[in-house]
Amino acid sequence: MRKRALFGIALRSILRNKMRTLLTMLGIVIGVAAVIVMVALGQGAQATIESQIKGLGTNMLMIMAGSTSQGGVSQGAATFNRLTIADYEKLAREGTLLAGVSPVIFSRGQIIGGGANWRASIMGVAPAYQQVRDWPVQSGSFFTDADTRSVRRVVVLGNTVANALFADSDPVGQQIQLRSVPFIVIGVLTPKGQTAGGMDQDDTVIIPYTTAQAHLAGQFRIGQIIASTFSPGEIPAAQEEIRGIMREAHKIARGDDDDFTIRNQDDIAAAASGTTRVMSMLLAAIASISLVVGGIGIMNIMLVSVTERTREIGIRMAIGARSNDVLAQFLVESIVISLAGGLIGIVLGYASGLLLARLTGWAVAMPPEAALIAVAFSAAVGVFFGFYPARKAAALDPIQALRYE
Amino acid sequence: MAQAHDKNAPPVIRLEDVTRVFSTGDNAVHALAGVDLVIHPGEMVAIMGASGSGKSTLMNILGCLDKPTAGHYALDGIAVSELDRNALADLRSRKIGFVFQGFNLLARTTALENVELPLLYDRSGQFHGKESPAPAALRRVGLGERMHHLPSQLSGGQQQRVAIARALVTNPSLILADEPTGNLDSHTSIEIMALFQELNDQGITILLVTHEQDIAEHARRIVEMRDGRIVRDVPVTQRRIAADELAAAERAA
Ligand SMILES: Nc1ncnc2c1ncn2[C@@H]1O[C@H](COP(=O)(O)OP(=O)(O)OP(=O)(O)O)[C@@H](O)[C@H]1O
Ligand SMILES: [Mg+2]
Repeated sequence: MRKRALFGIALRSILRNKMRTLLTMLGIVIGVAAVIVMVALGQGAQATIESQIKGLGTNMLMIMAGSTSQGGVSQGAATFNRLTIADYEKLAREGTLLAGVSPVIFSRGQIIGGGANWRASIMGVAPAYQQVRDWPVQSGSFFTDADTRSVRRVVVLGNTVANALFADSDPVGQQIQLRSVPFIVIGVLTPKGQTAGGMDQDDTVIIPYTTAQAHLAGQFRIGQIIASTFSPGEIPAAQEEIRGIMREAHKIARGDDDDFTIRNQDDIAAAASGTTRVMSMLLAAIASISLVVGGIGIMNIMLVSVTERTREIGIRMAIGARSNDVLAQFLVESIVISLAGGLIGIVLGYASGLLLARLTGWAVAMPPEAALIAVAFSAAVGVFFGFYPARKAAALDPIQALRYE
Repeated sequence: MAQAHDKNAPPVIRLEDVTRVFSTGDNAVHALAGVDLVIHPGEMVAIMGASGSGKSTLMNILGCLDKPTAGHYALDGIAVSELDRNALADLRSRKIGFVFQGFNLLARTTALENVELPLLYDRSGQFHGKESPAPAALRRVGLGERMHHLPSQLSGGQQQRVAIARALVTNPSLILADEPTGNLDSHTSIEIMALFQELNDQGITILLVTHEQDIAEHARRIVEMRDGRIVRDVPVTQRRIAADELAAAERAA
């Protein structure tokens, strides 16, 4: 039987019941659209996270206290459990592969300046921090080794803090108070945006770590030590070097586990995008359930259609149609319905993805291959759910079918 | 009028002791209880008999829609009993044209498209690359002007003509008509019989089932069935000529 004729028969019977066809398609339309939107959102989130992680700095390594391999079991050498300034100094002194090393001391506190009042994170770091994080100043300058050595009360403002305190004047040279201790603003950093976790990285002030320890009361702990290498290729070697130095600093015996963790940007990126990938796959999986439901809708209508057209099937068989001709006729019909639904779903999916991006400001990435996959998937749904009704039609006995009222 | 068929040619139909038993639950119905029948090319045969005598069952077997429980059936020399479902479909497509009591046209499909339907399933390739024979078939049944009408826009007689055109379009060896005039008034019935006679005069073998004696008398031969058996098989001596009847009716009016 000619393929064009088959297609014509399918189209005609589909167009005969326009409303019914439309409602049948709806399941597939919604399913495909939902999958596309979910994939677009997932990919958008992933792209955002990747760019944010690149924004962490260049060739960056991060050293944190605690071992990942110990899974929360308490460690033997409790005294060496934390990172210390001594660790940092040893790394800065002995690390031949490290372009820059800086401790990062985290705290939060009240900031008063420019007649305003603000709460933000306060970080104590070494001057190398700026280079490791690849974070230029917008005005003024970052502090120097001299500032660190002399324990000067100088501060570099993150963009958010600068805007909050000094909306329309240049903060450089102004005096502000961090936890009631006066500091001189020497620079303002360029905006860096949000972290992968949604935190505003610009809502911070940065001071020399020595000053943080000397002048700011309260608990100051070194959260991490960050370092950078001269080139990406040296990261594995640098990681080994750091490990050696840290094990020596922490006096870890041969055969014992590390009591610290070194992570590079790739690890961090993999961890972060791994989470979003799982999330977006989960969302897409949930969305594809609606595709399956749509497929069941098609099967249902095709079964009704086979019953309604029993006599037609009988006539076709009497005038010479083989079972396979009848099978093909109904199969093509369900494939056409689901493919058309799929195409409409793609348009709807892309449109609502763009609209969503517009309305919410979420990152939405529309991969063109998602459309291809959606088309293939809806065709597969048509075949899968159309097969049973088509088989039923093909298996009819011509005499019984002709008698059917 | 002389017999149009050639007795020496191989028969279109040869049935030998054909039975058809339907088993419904406990009891078996012997719809055909041993039928022998030979029909030669160019014959026009009417099958008569009471309701339930097995006429439709016989037609279904002759039309390769059903297979005998036992016995032998050869259509144009082909042994049908040995064939599978696909081969039966091919045989229907190549050799048989059906005309039904209820016309059985596809609704919401034009006359022309209805007539083209069998060509869709033609696997012999005899129409490949040629002009569609459907319009000619419609002209042959006198519906050249109604090709694009839907069945709902046609009278019963016209619908049956479309069905006959559909049966004709693939040049079958045999046209099988189960009560083709059953749904038509007497005048229209005679018009349809005139068409059948015309086609038979052109050499087409026709087998039709009817309950009415005067309709049957348009055939050349009448076969009567009772309880699944052929009880009478006689030539028609005073054959009615439908065209003459129509002309007479015209004059009377
Ligand atoms: N599918 C079937 N299952 C069971 N019995 C059947 C079946 N088809 C026909 N029969 C039986 O076979 C017998 C012959 O039926 P058939 O339809 O051939 O009669 P018929 O001569 O065509 O009658 P009518 O003039 O009423 O059309 C009947 O007794 C009928 O009940
Ligand atoms: Mg009958």
